[in-house]
Amino acid sequence: MPTIAPFADVTASDRALRRFLHGLPGVDAVGLEARAASLGTRSIKTTAKAYAIDLAVSMIDLTTLEGADTPGKVRALAAKAVNPDPLDRTTPRPAAVCVYPDMAATAAAALAGSGVKVASVATAFPAGRAALGVKLADVRDAVAAGADEIDMVIDRGAFLSGRYLQVYEEILAVKAECGDARLKVIFETGELSTYDNIRRASWLGMLAGADFIKTSTGKVAVNATPANTLLMLQAVRDFREQTGVQVGVKPAGGIRTTKDAVKFLVLVNETAGEDWLDSHWFRFGASSLLNDLLMQRQKLSSGRYSGPDYVTVD
Amino acid sequence: MAFAFDYAPAPESRSVVDIAPSYGLFIDGEFTEAADGKVFKTLSPSTEEVLSEVAQAGAEDVDRAVRAARKAFGKWSALPGTERAKYLFRIARIIQERSRELAVLETLDNGKPIRETRDADLPLVAAHFFYYAGWADKLGHAGYGPDPRPLGVAGQIIPWNFPLLMLAWKIAPALATGNTVVLKPAETTPLSALFFADICRQAGLPKGVVNILTGYGDAGSALVAHPDVNKVAFTGSTAVGKDIARRIAGTDKRATLELGGKGANIVFDDAPVDQAVEGIVTGIFFNQGQVCCAGSRLLVQESVHDEVLDALKRRLTTLRLGDPLDKNTDIGAINSAQQLARITALAETGEAEGAERWTAPCELPSSGYWFAPTLFTGVSQAHTIARDEIFGPVLSVLTFRTPDEAVAKANNSQYGLSAGIWTEKGSRILAVAGKLRAGVVWANTFNKFDPTSPFGGYKESGHGREGGRHGLEAYLDV
Repeated sequence: MPTIAPFADVTASDRALRRFLHGLPGVDAVGLEARAASLGTRSIKTTAKAYAIDLAVSMIDLTTLEGADTPGKVRALAAKAVNPDPLDRTTPRPAAVCVYPDMAATAAAALAGSGVKVASVATAFPAGRAALGVKLADVRDAVAAGADEIDMVIDRGAFLSGRYLQVYEEILAVKAECGDARLKVIFETGELSTYDNIRRASWLGMLAGADFIKTSTGKVAVNATPANTLLMLQAVRDFREQTGVQVGVKPAGGIRTTKDAVKFLVLVNETAGEDWLDSHWFRFGASSLLNDLLMQRQKLSSGRYSGPDYVTVD
Repeated sequence: MAFAFDYAPAPESRSVVDIAPSYGLFIDGEFTEAADGKVFKTLSPSTEEVLSEVAQAGAEDVDRAVRAARKAFGKWSALPGTERAKYLFRIARIIQERSRELAVLETLDNGKPIRETRDADLPLVAAHFFYYAGWADKLGHAGYGPDPRPLGVAGQIIPWNFPLLMLAWKIAPALATGNTVVLKPAETTPLSALFFADICRQAGLPKGVVNILTGYGDAGSALVAHPDVNKVAFTGSTAVGKDIARRIAGTDKRATLELGGKGANIVFDDAPVDQAVEGIVTGIFFNQGQVCCAGSRLLVQESVHDEVLDALKRRLTTLRLGDPLDKNTDIGAINSAQQLARITALAETGEAEGAERWTAPCELPSSGYWFAPTLFTGVSQAHTIARDEIFGPVLSVLTFRTPDEAVAKANNSQYGLSAGIWTEKGSRILAVAGKLRAGVVWANTFNKFDPTSPFGGYKESGHGREGGRHGLEAYLDV
């Protein structure tokens, strides 16, 4: 797949790519975090809150990524996705169920006809430490098993040692294996360590044809934060402005409460804009978030807080 | 605005503040009527609703207040620093405890958004009292001799843009150093100072140490002229500041003057663009631009002019203007009808002189005093809007090509209060900052305040410093 037209020559060589990525505007960490914190003080109430809760539910990639995952566990999660709140059938469905590749077929069978997508982490998730052939085989497997979306991890080692072209070509190769499946590129922002790196990784991923850029695997100490998500939203906004191509954003890991989720939606609204306020362009990688959203949803309709026994445990 | 995600109104409750129908002057620990019985009304600028009626001080009241302060000075200045510190710490804690009430009051009386009073003004007010409370027993270590003495009675006049914060900047160092004060708040925003008078009583502050006179310019003028005032501290317009300087010339009165500004906010081509845009917004639209150190002149390197302007305009379309008590409001009301008229007139001058006007698309409420965030491009140093302080949400955009040109343009102003530099290059920050003739130079940020940091101006922006260790000097006989 060819690179986006206005930037065709920047991927011609490692040197050209480095020059381009290092020529992106810098990020002032203090200013970025202050902006994220200030948007976090928006007060979202009543109708806006009800809208935000339903939107957030519809944006969840309901995730189980444990070594102990079983077909039974995956089927239970799929059932939850199809019918998130047995007490209220008007509840929207999450966007996808996200599993390891060996569980993709189980998930696809359980979700057939529901409209809920199957997402699968591939490319030797979460470390990404395997030969390219192994990673591509991983992707092929997942797609063959019925995955609609592939979540790949980049080679952070290559990125940090400045081998940008290698990372770029790896994403291209994975994208080629995806076929019709949408590709989410995970940077593991906690390991990239600087905001400048996160902006460079975002552009690198988008140049290589990512359909989504995603903060993290959820397997390291620092995952999605308001600041790194805000930065990635700025990147997709600028990218669309310059290329006309829209890319989605997925913060993952550590978003557990309705309050947190609403803060992220405010970031989307005021940074990238309403075009991204849709599950096609914004996702939450989360599992426990759904129950908190459901409890808040029940509270809005009944006026009272229920409790953990009024939502299902899966 | 037709956002899919339109925030429902989230107004802060007014019930946390109890505004009396009328207030007197606070003299010698008591609320009292003006000698001639005059009163005036204070309005809420966002609704034009009358909030309360306050006493209007005249010359006789000024004399009473100065005499009360003089009487209190002996005992107050003789207290050990640790004792004065106790009162200041107590005041600081009461301010924290009552901060929600004071934030709502300030928003009602001034028109600025609750976001700012709650998140900026009130925390800084408390911080100033805490900071100077800490100095009260360490004056011998401040570098002004082993036992610096207070000046006596301080006559203090403060503006309407940060009523309670300016009060804190004035009163906290004065009390810490052993002075007593007579303070006149601005006529459009007298209420928070009167609530502060109540806090002084709550803290058990000895009578006469703090006196508050609400009133107009004539009261301020009488305060400046009073023979028993030892120190004048004024924050406000350059014209009034010049008048004060003339009036006290030849007397032994000390003075600090914090006057106007026309701050240059310099954006180099390697700046962190997204954060620079935030800094430009904070620089000129914080408190509706009614800030003496506002970054009201944007100097953008020509090579990134279009990029920065596009990003800035996009950002301005997301600003939310309206009810200042709504927690989601970014831009509140202009403080008074006169101020609105002044801003409007200067903006018209900008257009008449050929600058290109762009206004953020926001609907203005039907009552109250409002001005939509506005920027002018194609401005040159010769334009009125590049020289005169507008004191409103109006940004003038100029360009430059080299760092030398940026410095020359930034310094080409009768003012010199603040400046900002945006670049990723540390060496450039240091090189440029050293050449700017401004009291405060912010690097990759703007309009950040801290009690430990001295604040003051060059040229017509005034003289003397407030805040930090330097702020003590203005109230000590050194």
